[in-house]
Amino acid sequence: MPASLTPDAVSPPKPKPASPVSRFFSSENRYLPPMLITAILLVGQVSSGLLESFSRTALAIVVAILFELVLGRLSYGRFPNLASAYITGISVGILIRSPAFWPYALCSAISIVSKYVIRWKGRHLWNPSNFGIAVLLLLAPEAVSTLSIQWGNDMLPLLVVWTLGAVITWRVKRFHITATYVASFLAFAALRGLITGHGFLAEASPITGPMYQLFIFFMITDPRTTVSSKWAQCLVAFLIAATEMVLRLNENIHAPYYALTIVGPAAMAIQLWWTAKGSQKAIV
Amino acid sequence: MQSRTSRILLTIFFLGLLATPWIIRRLSADKELASTASNSSSALAQYGFSFHEAGKASGIDFTHSAPTLDPKLAHIMPQIASMGAAVSIVDFNRDGLQDIYLTNSGEGSRNALYRNRGGGRFEDVALALGIGELNSRASGVSMGAVWGDYDNDGYEDLFLYRWGRPELFHNEAGNGFTSVSDKSGLPRWINANSAIWFDYDRDGKLDLFVGGYFDEKLDLWNLEGTKIMPESFEYAQNGGRKYLFHNLGDGKFEEVAEKLGIRSRRWALAAVAGDLRGTGYPDLFIANDYGVSELFFNSGGKEFREVGARTGIGFAPKSGMNASVGDVLNRGNFAVYVSNISEERVLIQGNNLWVPRDGTSGEELKFDNMAGILGVEIGGWSWGAQFGDLNNDGFQDIYLVNGYISADRNRSYWYDYSKVTGGNTTIISDAKNWPPMDGRSLSGYQQKKVWINDGAGRFIEVAQFTGVTDVYDGRSVALADFSNSGKLDVVVANQKGPALLYVNSVKPDNKWIGFDLEGTQSNRSAIGAQVRIFWNGQQQAQEVSGGSGFSAQNQRRIHFGLGQATGVDRVEIRWPSGKTQTVREPETNKIHKVKED
Repeated sequence: MPASLTPDAVSPPKPKPASPVSRFFSSENRYLPPMLITAILLVGQVSSGLLESFSRTALAIVVAILFELVLGRLSYGRFPNLASAYITGISVGILIRSPAFWPYALCSAISIVSKYVIRWKGRHLWNPSNFGIAVLLLLAPEAVSTLSIQWGNDMLPLLVVWTLGAVITWRVKRFHITATYVASFLAFAALRGLITGHGFLAEASPITGPMYQLFIFFMITDPRTTVSSKWAQCLVAFLIAATEMVLRLNENIHAPYYALTIVGPAAMAIQLWWTAKGSQKAIV
Repeated sequence: MQSRTSRILLTIFFLGLLATPWIIRRLSADKELASTASNSSSALAQYGFSFHEAGKASGIDFTHSAPTLDPKLAHIMPQIASMGAAVSIVDFNRDGLQDIYLTNSGEGSRNALYRNRGGGRFEDVALALGIGELNSRASGVSMGAVWGDYDNDGYEDLFLYRWGRPELFHNEAGNGFTSVSDKSGLPRWINANSAIWFDYDRDGKLDLFVGGYFDEKLDLWNLEGTKIMPESFEYAQNGGRKYLFHNLGDGKFEEVAEKLGIRSRRWALAAVAGDLRGTGYPDLFIANDYGVSELFFNSGGKEFREVGARTGIGFAPKSGMNASVGDVLNRGNFAVYVSNISEERVLIQGNNLWVPRDGTSGEELKFDNMAGILGVEIGGWSWGAQFGDLNNDGFQDIYLVNGYISADRNRSYWYDYSKVTGGNTTIISDAKNWPPMDGRSLSGYQQKKVWINDGAGRFIEVAQFTGVTDVYDGRSVALADFSNSGKLDVVVANQKGPALLYVNSVKPDNKWIGFDLEGTQSNRSAIGAQVRIFWNGQQQAQEVSGGSGFSAQNQRRIHFGLGQATGVDRVEIRWPSGKTQTVREPETNKIHKVKED
């Protein structure tokens, strides 16, 4: 996943020196998202044995970091900050499910390399881990599935993750994206419940699982692959939920991944095109 | 920034990454093709054996039916009432021929005891002997049965477990069966899907383990509510309790599970006992649905300690549906095979083959899952499996049945299933939140797996080529030599389907040897006796089992394939009593009757 809630989000002016706590929970702290995702992993693992295995997750992280180091150095002549690659690796390690080792390595590799290959106007369009997972689900369905189980038997780990995630996304000014998506998902769940006759709880059920915690706090909020303005970000989050609903009505099990794969880059492309068009006009 | 050349190279590399799954798939397909295609018309010549299905032709005309439970579950009835087809092998009348007991589960349906008349013919004598009409709303319906001589009178007795009242039948010298449940001390009701006989304290009397699935407080025909489902798809601990019935010797049993440390409330679907550490005491392995497997080390028959996480088997939660033990690498120790769910695009749990790690033993024993490396990992929605040397080449093969619900071929329930199973406890645990099945399939019509062990660390799947072509919803499988001719035949119990008898034809140049054991100080069934054979510079171990697989029991007779061996050096028998007995250079191609000294 993503390039994370990294700092290039927004840099608000600071009227007075912030306290250490404020600085820690600010968008300036580029290690906050990696810490959050590590916390999610630890909570999930301690409470529920979330991971397929430590070794597979470690493999995904190591491969992501190695590819980032090598490609960053080769492409830009310097070693990049590894927060983004770490999040990509750890997301792959949590979200991919396979008894084999190779899908973890391959997914991380595809995710990172995609950032350097699929670029338009100097930007990569896809959230890396979302792209890697969607590609692997399409190309290796016989060997790979995704995390589809829930946390343990109580709500506590879920509440811990939601609280932490909400606080941190709020501090880094991305909470509106998460909130819009969640509200849209729940509204669409109610609508799907009416259409399918399965009821609201059955349709809302997936969002209570750990996969969605990563999805709503990391994938859809990735600053490098989301559009700039706040209202556009909310609109995109809504459209992701809407696309997901269409996919779900067609019984697509991996609907959220594919919805983001479709809507995210399209929104980015439109923004880049629009910006370029605006610049040209200004020059003229 | 990237130069044009480096961009091109990087793009080529990226395309290579995208092509990797296809390359891996192609390579493994080529490998399988190389091992199977050269002579698929002659499985006997190529693999050393072949099957032909001869159930009805042999007189086995049995079709399983499922119960109709509380109407509140009607919308998901096919997945609730999805078990109960079970098979166990016994020589109930001591005529030297292996007989077959099949359970049924529809209310009013009949179980069958197929007496082996010899010459490949069977006749159902269950009704005449009093163990046919055992399924009703009042008593509950059969989920499986295991045989063991609990009173050491020489005749195998029958324990029947149900979603309902568990029942013990005393074998009256092969002429009939008498229910002795009332005086035995068994509880009124257990929703059980697994049971095994074993002598955990080695006192010479068979004890009984029973694993609950649904909570024993539930009467599935008369539910007060719909909160009966697992609280989690992978971490559920709201299943039925476990029972360990200690045989007191006077026809009575004392329940000691909790006292001895077995306190699990996971959703048990299979259990197997085996001396995994060489202590002489049988350890207990439980495969659980909706969670991790559990391994209980037996401390001298006085205590059971759960060591699943410590030994490596209790880490990744899956959907355990089978537990069987086999010496897959001819190293003289036992691996445990656990079946799980694998469905392309949805859920790839993979089956587990827990092999003892080199250099670990005793209390420090560790297991590694070698299912992927050995090639026995992906088996669809897998159920029962058994180890046995199907081609007598000297290595243990695996026969696996699979398939959950075969209904409408064109409509799948998987999406709705995954929707709810990913939800929080409050959603998944309530049946009313589960979308209706509406006649849809869920991993139905699956091809069975017959994996032959090449002896070099690899299993090859040959079901299609050896005559195993059915796609029924297999549940329980058991192996036995019905003709006493040194080959293992296969009986399969299918959910809502016909029972199948796959008769085996084995290449005659492969040798074999069989052992019928009878305990004296040990339990008379010799359950738990370990037989270790040494030949051609190699060894293999097997144990007499009181139940293994999924709701199944193989013949008690121990069968070894010997390949092209000219003879056997020796056979060491370690009886449950602790005594050891050595048979030197026993004759091959013969069944040996061995009584404990």
